[in-house]
Amino acid sequence: MTAPTTDRTAGPSAPSPTAGPTTLTLAGALNLGLRHSLEEDPAVVLMGEDIGTLGGVFRVTDGLQRDFGADRVMDTPLAEAGIVGVAVGLCYRGYRPVVEIQFDGFVYPAFDQLVTQVAKLRYRTQGRVSMPITVRIPYGGGIGAVEHHSESPEAYFTHTSGLRVVTCSHPQDAYTLLRQSIACDDPVIFLEPKRRYWTKAPVEASLDGAPPMEAAAVVVEGADVTLVAYGPLVATARDAAVAAADDGIAVEVIDLRSLSPMDLATVEASVRRTGRLVITHEAQQHGGLGAEIAASITERCFEHLEAPPVRVTGFDVPYPPAKLEEHFLPGLDRILDGVDRVLGRPHSLTGREG
Amino acid sequence: MLRSHVHPTAVHERRETARTAAASGRADHDPAVRGDQLVQLLAPDGTRTPDPEYEPWVEDVDADRLVALYEDLVVVRRLDVEATALQRQGQLGLWPPLLGQEAAQVGSARVLRRDDFVFSSYRENAVAYCRGVDLTDMVKVWRGTANSGWDPFAVGMATPQIIIGAQTLHATGWAIGAVKDGTDAVAVAYFGDGATSQGDVNEAMVFSASFRAPVVFFCQNNQWAISEPVGLQAVRPLADRAPGFGIPSVRVDGNDVLAVMAVTRQALDRARRGEGPTFVEAVTYRMGPHTTSDDPTRYVDPADREVWAARDPLLRVERLLEREGLLDDQVTTAVKQAADSAARRMRAGCLGLTAPEPLSLFDHVYATPSSWLERQRSQYAAYLAMYEDGDGTAAQDGAR
Repeated sequence: MTAPTTDRTAGPSAPSPTAGPTTLTLAGALNLGLRHSLEEDPAVVLMGEDIGTLGGVFRVTDGLQRDFGADRVMDTPLAEAGIVGVAVGLCYRGYRPVVEIQFDGFVYPAFDQLVTQVAKLRYRTQGRVSMPITVRIPYGGGIGAVEHHSESPEAYFTHTSGLRVVTCSHPQDAYTLLRQSIACDDPVIFLEPKRRYWTKAPVEASLDGAPPMEAAAVVVEGADVTLVAYGPLVATARDAAVAAADDGIAVEVIDLRSLSPMDLATVEASVRRTGRLVITHEAQQHGGLGAEIAASITERCFEHLEAPPVRVTGFDVPYPPAKLEEHFLPGLDRILDGVDRVLGRPHSLTGREG
Repeated sequence: MLRSHVHPTAVHERRETARTAAASGRADHDPAVRGDQLVQLLAPDGTRTPDPEYEPWVEDVDADRLVALYEDLVVVRRLDVEATALQRQGQLGLWPPLLGQEAAQVGSARVLRRDDFVFSSYRENAVAYCRGVDLTDMVKVWRGTANSGWDPFAVGMATPQIIIGAQTLHATGWAIGAVKDGTDAVAVAYFGDGATSQGDVNEAMVFSASFRAPVVFFCQNNQWAISEPVGLQAVRPLADRAPGFGIPSVRVDGNDVLAVMAVTRQALDRARRGEGPTFVEAVTYRMGPHTTSDDPTRYVDPADREVWAARDPLLRVERLLEREGLLDDQVTTAVKQAADSAARRMRAGCLGLTAPEPLSLFDHVYATPSSWLERQRSQYAAYLAMYEDGDGTAAQDGAR
């Protein structure tokens, strides 16, 4: 992990918002986003397990307690409901807590506070009580981890009105979306694709000209198939587009970025041109984001579809042991198989449909 | 210094008794609820109980203050009766009566400062009254016209919590924030005996102890979690749990308004001095149903209820006032008028509450507009508009 080094006496020497692009890992970009949010707004406080002295198990908060103090970067007892419930109380007092849940599979003890309190307090109080909480959750598989460390729980949260859910796929969005999430007066579930923490790219440490938090991004243009992905699978989807181009197929890749609300206008505009839709996510299929996208796009532009939408997702099993995860996770070839399917080319289910 | 209420040698015996009590439902025989070893300054017969430790905390309660407390107790009981009547008359969907718990709520709420903040459950309507909550606002939730009644920041009291125990964590977070802000304001978390089994309450005690957060955990042990006796939640007095978290605790006669004031002031004082949280167990009794939908005849032993009726929190203040010659006709009349007037205002306010405008359904879900929700709002608006044009349903059937 390459967190920016800082000098306590001279103040943070990390890239400033005006210094131009710097190459950072995704985790480093998150660290910088947290640093700039802490600098900009004294109401921002960080809470979580092992985020202070240790700097987080993925080192995303490395150096922040040293530079901003234990009063603003708080190591907490090991109780996720407690962390989120205490964050609610801090919001009542005007604070803007950024909470780290150590791993995706550890969020469930906090589920009650997130669903019954964080998501609903604004509505309950007719707008009088704001819950500007950002809940950072490393999510997804592909790192060979033990159980409860590879899950994709996004659908639980997108099903809960009152929460916003976003996810980043590359270092620039890690910085931009995190800062926007922290500044947002709504609670935001911020999903971090843990297997992409070490991806490096130039990052502009500025929000000037940044797209809105809610906007999807067309990251590869193409006229034949629309491929919707988010978080860890955007990189895989880009690879699929490159591979498909070898076969003369132009795949348009959309990075959803915001999972709730979803920018379906961008997806719809693409599908109206391509007539074909593939959606991919690591999460299980049943009741997942793919189902919502497929249904909504079918409702909105049924006449433009040349083939039924196809979902390439995790299977409806609990997350498997590490030595089986390559079969659970959608990879390049399974995505290409889905592309072939919407194009009517020979594919794994040829002759077996229905 | 706070009292230790359990002798280690008694634990085994208590546990055995608790099992029996939980099985039989005879709450008053349960060591978790029995009325001994409680801080008490005012006995049920209206005589003062000497207590050199706690008397000083209420020595400023003079004749006028006693009469004012008496008026509070009478008014909140009258409001509770009125709200129950409104429910029976179909004007409220539900009401959670506080009958029997008036002293616990009034005594604790009346010693708070304006800048303290209350995080309560749904039964603390006497606390809300003491915080200055508007009587119409008090019934909005129960009439179904809103999910909360008042502006928390205007009265220093969060919107009451329906999820059992969740508010104790909110109080803890608020208190941690108060310390950061450099104030000596205190958060008070109100919850019941049933809530002490919830993880949230236990986590709140862990967090508040670790951060030395200025929280008063005010537990009204009213003996019942709907139909479940407190013996099912605890085999020892609830107050005994707190010391394990590093939190001092005290058991108080929850039907004694003076003793409740005294222990709450002591807890507030500790919190303001930076000494962290205190756990108060106010031992009282829910004399009514859990809510107006409940039927306590299925589980309450009438004999237990009689025992607690003799410990009535309002009667003992009335007897004290009589003993001290403070209850003349003028006071009695003025208090009755205050109670009836409050009840009339609550009733009038209740009857004036109408259903919100349909599209307000979509308001305040998010601080900033959500494209997804705006689409649903506009589509439902179009649907509603169909019925506003032409001659109604018949025309719509034709349109389909």
